[in-house]
Amino acid sequence: MSRRRLKSIEIRGPVLKSMTRGDESTFPPCRHWVRALCLATLGLAASAGANTSNGYNLPIGVTGLSRDIYTLHMEVFWVCVAIAIVVFGVMIYALVKFRHSQGAVADATLVHSTKVEIVWTIIPIVILVVMAIPAAKVILMMEDTRNSELSIRVTGYQWKWQYEYMDAGEGVNFFSTLARDSNFARELHSGIDPKTVNNYLLNVDNPMVIPSGTKVRLLLTSQDVIHAWWVPDFGAKRSAIPGFVNELWFKVDPGKEGIYRGQCTSLCGRDHGFMPIVVDVRTPDDFKKWVEQQKAAAKQAAAQGGQTPETAPLAGQPPRSAQVLSN
Amino acid sequence: MAQTLSSGIAHHDDHHDQPDTGIKRWLFATNHKDIGTMYLVFSLIMFFIGGAMAMVIRAELFQPGLQLVDPVLFNQLTTNHALIMIFGAVMPAFVGLANWMIPMQIGAPDMALPRMNNFSFWILPFAFTLLLSTFFVPGGAAAGGWTLYPPLSLQTGDSFPMLIFAIHMMGISSIMGAINVIVTIMNMRAPGMNLLKMPLFAWSWLITAYLLIAVMPVLAGAVTMLLTDHFFKTSFFNPAGGGDPVMFEHIFWFFGHPEVYIMILPAFGIISEVLPTFSRKPLFGATSMIYAIASIAFLSFIVWGHHMFADGMPLAAQLFYMMYTMLIAVPTGVKVFNWTATMWRGSLSFEPPMLFALAFLFLFTIGGFSGLMLAIVPADFQYNQTYFVVAHFHYVLVPGAIFGIMAGVYYWLPKWTGHMYNMTLAKTHFWLSAIFVNVLFFPQHFLGLAGMPRRIPDYAVQFTDWNMVSSIGGFAFGASQILFAIVIVQCIRGGRKATSAVWEGALPTGLEWTLSSPPPYHSFTIAPEIL
Repeated sequence: MSRRRLKSIEIRGPVLKSMTRGDESTFPPCRHWVRALCLATLGLAASAGANTSNGYNLPIGVTGLSRDIYTLHMEVFWVCVAIAIVVFGVMIYALVKFRHSQGAVADATLVHSTKVEIVWTIIPIVILVVMAIPAAKVILMMEDTRNSELSIRVTGYQWKWQYEYMDAGEGVNFFSTLARDSNFARELHSGIDPKTVNNYLLNVDNPMVIPSGTKVRLLLTSQDVIHAWWVPDFGAKRSAIPGFVNELWFKVDPGKEGIYRGQCTSLCGRDHGFMPIVVDVRTPDDFKKWVEQQKAAAKQAAAQGGQTPETAPLAGQPPRSAQVLSN
Repeated sequence: MAQTLSSGIAHHDDHHDQPDTGIKRWLFATNHKDIGTMYLVFSLIMFFIGGAMAMVIRAELFQPGLQLVDPVLFNQLTTNHALIMIFGAVMPAFVGLANWMIPMQIGAPDMALPRMNNFSFWILPFAFTLLLSTFFVPGGAAAGGWTLYPPLSLQTGDSFPMLIFAIHMMGISSIMGAINVIVTIMNMRAPGMNLLKMPLFAWSWLITAYLLIAVMPVLAGAVTMLLTDHFFKTSFFNPAGGGDPVMFEHIFWFFGHPEVYIMILPAFGIISEVLPTFSRKPLFGATSMIYAIASIAFLSFIVWGHHMFADGMPLAAQLFYMMYTMLIAVPTGVKVFNWTATMWRGSLSFEPPMLFALAFLFLFTIGGFSGLMLAIVPADFQYNQTYFVVAHFHYVLVPGAIFGIMAGVYYWLPKWTGHMYNMTLAKTHFWLSAIFVNVLFFPQHFLGLAGMPRRIPDYAVQFTDWNMVSSIGGFAFGASQILFAIVIVQCIRGGRKATSAVWEGALPTGLEWTLSSPPPYHSFTIAPEIL
């Protein structure tokens, strides 16, 4: 146990360095801390502003797509509820009314009726068509990745994410792994109460930072096995598959800046449950500042000759730490 | 044809009209009832082994943090829980029921190919011994999910070839079982029993058998390609060598989706037998029920893409798979409506098989609703790979397939053993199962919608409450199944004598009820005439 833990600290050495530096620049202003704390404490409650799930339903989310999905989801749900009320209603009526113990006598002639059978074939088809049309509209919108303003290449590794910025963020490139406190607490018999850990399993060292009100396009791929990138509040999920580049876009509403969290959703091996996604949405101005800071920091690190995850060339080969972990 | 065949058996096989004694009776079994019994007992054992794995999974998920198993073992348990429940519990149970009931329902003396029948059963204990032994080899059992997606499944340790070989054996067994069902139904129906007069259970199995023959070789091909990728440096699924991991998903789900119906169609057949009996009224729209099963089977071949929406798919393909998936709701709806109409103006009584059939009707429909929601592509992006999916397929498999099997067992058990079982105990089993299956799986809808991914050993603290509820339901559901085993064992050992019709006062129809309880060793030595 202790050996394993030691190793995990060792391999996260470089990451650690970047995190301490990141603390000044990466972490959002105080109100986000309050919001994060709020979420952690209340757990189920959706605190004001952060449209996260209420604990038993999909979040409405903070993008146009997530709202459309939520609307579709609720529409289909209510259609199902309506059908259920009718069908279960008839069943329950039959169960109560036609009981042998109450002297009900079976009407053995009621065995076939072409008329009702046609009716209950046609009606479902009509309902389905009515449901399919709005769904198809949303699909068309989801697939339209044109005119994106910021592209980020997202690469899945066992078990971390890499974010490489293009367009306005060109040159920014870093890894995002499970936060250290969660990583200690999640060990078998760690003795640490997950409730005491800040955003247990949903916190990372370097969150992905994006500007609000901007159409962000993700290009997803993987360097080893299949992963999937999901942030429920954005209504955005897509698999990251080796040898493929999948596209995904979202545009967070202006004024909805904050921290949004998700997880890898495709079983990817031992630590599948431990490669969360954290997105820090900032105003376009704050985002610009963040990009400048990242670039300056990378330049400084390069000048010192130290290799930070931001500057290490990674394309084509798995990072050192991933190799160690998989052995 | 059937006439000649059965009279031939009656005359020349007299030395086989009694079972062998001791172990030989089972090892060399060629009798459809003995083989059916072995299938059912095997399935029950696997149900408890797969269930034990589920108990460990639910115990680990009882609260956040890792308390019992490390993530590797957890993934091994989820993977093997699925493989065992699908290939070891549900499918063999249906083959067992087919073995017992199809000859008796169509007026035949036995299955058409008895030695192949023996072989198809006896492969299974070896296949599952091999599969279970993978937990003890270096690198442990397969941990990449039952879907075996590469490249992850290729990271399996020394157990990888054992896993593939076990799957091959299960596939061979299933194909032989399916061939036997088709040959028996096509050749050995009693004179006068044309296909449309055939009972619904036999019908559902006939269609299922064709599905099995169509898709099991596809699975065998897919896993063989995994094997050669792993050991012979091929690159079917390896992008570095020009291969394509998504191609595996297509091939797998081309098998996988019909497989889902393989696990539910025979249950449809059972429900279509049980509901009319205890409604004292013939099945409503029997012919449209057969067409509905056939349509579902046909559609099952062209909807596999709905498992892969999030893996990236052309727009046209997304629309295609969405439309056809939604279309499945139509024949499925017809079935539910016809079952409801069967009860309408009936005279209902609530014996254990009827209770399970009714629970099936309600709870399978709930699984159907979540299936419809999952078909909506944009919403599927939010549901996909979360506990919402877990809740969906457990609703169609546990109160669907497994309650269907239990309804069938409680329906025909007195016929098989010649004894009535303990009704109070069976009803207790029903009520505990029906209540706790919902406590177990309903909260998983909430977990999925709230954002909990599936196949994770540990979770963020906001998912704690519903996981605790689900685990409590799981433990209670698991414990309740011990009653099932007790009822069966008691019934085999003795009990009030069952009459030929068994369900006196209700309306059991079908040839099986004309035979004594227990039936003669060769069900119909002289083929009955069907008018």
